[in-house]
Amino acid sequence: MAFLEVKGLKAFYRQIEAIHGLDFSLEEGSITTILGANGAGKTTTLRAICRMIRTEGEIRFDGQDVTGMATEKVVQLGIAHVPEGRGTFVRQSVEENLQLGAYTRKSKTEIAADIERVYDYFPRLRERQKQQAGTLSGGEQQMLAIGRALMLRPRLMLLDEPSFGLAPLIVQEIYGIMRRIRESEGTTMLLVEQNANIALNLADHAYLLETGNVVMSGESQVIRDDENVRRSYLGY
Amino acid sequence: MDLFFQLTLAGLAIGSIYACVALAVVMIYQATDHFNFAQGEMAMFSTFICWTFLGLGLPVWVAAVLAIGTSFIAGLIIERVIIKPVENAPVLNQIIVFIGLLMIFNNVAGWIWEFTIKPFPSLFPDDFGFKSELIGPHHMGVIALTLTVLLLIFLFFRFTRVGLAMRAAAANPDSARLVGISVGWMLALGWGLAAAVGAVGGILVAPIVYLEPNMMSGVLLYAFAGALLGGVSSPGGAVLGGLIVGVLENWLGQYVPGGSELKLTFALILIVGVLLFKPAGLFGRVVIKRV
Repeated sequence: MAFLEVKGLKAFYRQIEAIHGLDFSLEEGSITTILGANGAGKTTTLRAICRMIRTEGEIRFDGQDVTGMATEKVVQLGIAHVPEGRGTFVRQSVEENLQLGAYTRKSKTEIAADIERVYDYFPRLRERQKQQAGTLSGGEQQMLAIGRALMLRPRLMLLDEPSFGLAPLIVQEIYGIMRRIRESEGTTMLLVEQNANIALNLADHAYLLETGNVVMSGESQVIRDDENVRRSYLGY
Repeated sequence: MDLFFQLTLAGLAIGSIYACVALAVVMIYQATDHFNFAQGEMAMFSTFICWTFLGLGLPVWVAAVLAIGTSFIAGLIIERVIIKPVENAPVLNQIIVFIGLLMIFNNVAGWIWEFTIKPFPSLFPDDFGFKSELIGPHHMGVIALTLTVLLLIFLFFRFTRVGLAMRAAAANPDSARLVGISVGWMLALGWGLAAAVGAVGGILVAPIVYLEPNMMSGVLLYAFAGALLGGVSSPGGAVLGGLIVGVLENWLGQYVPGGSELKLTFALILIVGVLLFKPAGLFGRVVIKRV
């Protein structure tokens, strides 16, 4: 059985069905990306895994059915979600945001050590640790969102468009750090992106989503070399 | 000059009671975006519970602590049973629930304990070992106790894990869930704390205004005025607002001809004035909502 197994997943905003029977799976230690245009259902898929919307179908994490769980229970299983819009606690300090990421953990010494580790990945956050998180730039808030997710010591990280609204140089920097995180922590990641190019560079596997359906899937390398994908998603 | 200091200190004492109730109101406002109109009546009910414990022969401090504890649990239950089901209901429904709670507490208190006015003992001795010409022992004790309670609450929110989680849940419930916080329980805890802080206010004001089911109506109005003046988005501001209103009220009664008749009017003028000219209050932030 795969680490995360999704079968026949439908998701609803009120009465409207936003994804129509999605099947996908990912292996422990891998990075998988879900690509697609605006409105394809990428964010919805991540929200479904975290039980933030009503769904039908099967979602199994490490063999365990999560569909009946509350969001905070899913988090306790070790699924950290870096949400769309970054979900910053704007009035809290950078450090408090990181502490909140470790809310489900107990050991104070381990939490303190992990905060240092996050600062090592993102030195800019260390410089701003006492600052109100709402005053950070977009790129810094994205770093904070990833740092906050790391504080869970996640077994699976869900990342919703970490490149969104950021300057290309900042995107490069953030993806560089994500690569380092993967190398040193071996964290499993499910990455949703509109920026197909950069996501395919990082990911092992990719799924292509169009209006709530998987239209193509495979190794990132294969997807990247596909003629049609290149024309419609990569733009060259 | 002595009179001025007397008035100011007595104003600070009564103002610190307003501050307690204002803080309770603001705590719930931060989490729900609504004023809990029943906050005063909940505090009145807590005071009657304290009175019942006193009737059983318990010492006044024991009765007070038990009543505050009971209020905490009652606040928690009220949130779970009555407020949670209307969480996502239209604003008007929620306001009607708050007003309904107000009337229920008022009438049930009258039904159980009757509407007659009862004297209520002070938590503090008549003599602290020293006397002051400027301030009586009850007022002195009120200032000391409320400041201690407010300081403890500040430390709780600022430095504890649960305090941080409560702030996070109130400010950004979606993100709070995503880090594993049970937002529903944090809201319930907020109601419990607010009920407990309100109870402190009720127990401290009862020796001054006497115990009866309507004893909090004036206090709640001043507390609202204080909360608005300080800024409903700022707990610290609401506390300062409560203190300012208490002092202003006393000055008004003494120095403005006919002022003692106008005290409640003054609170209402303050409420309307703040809403018209400085809706964010003195220490609050302007909240911009995206629609």
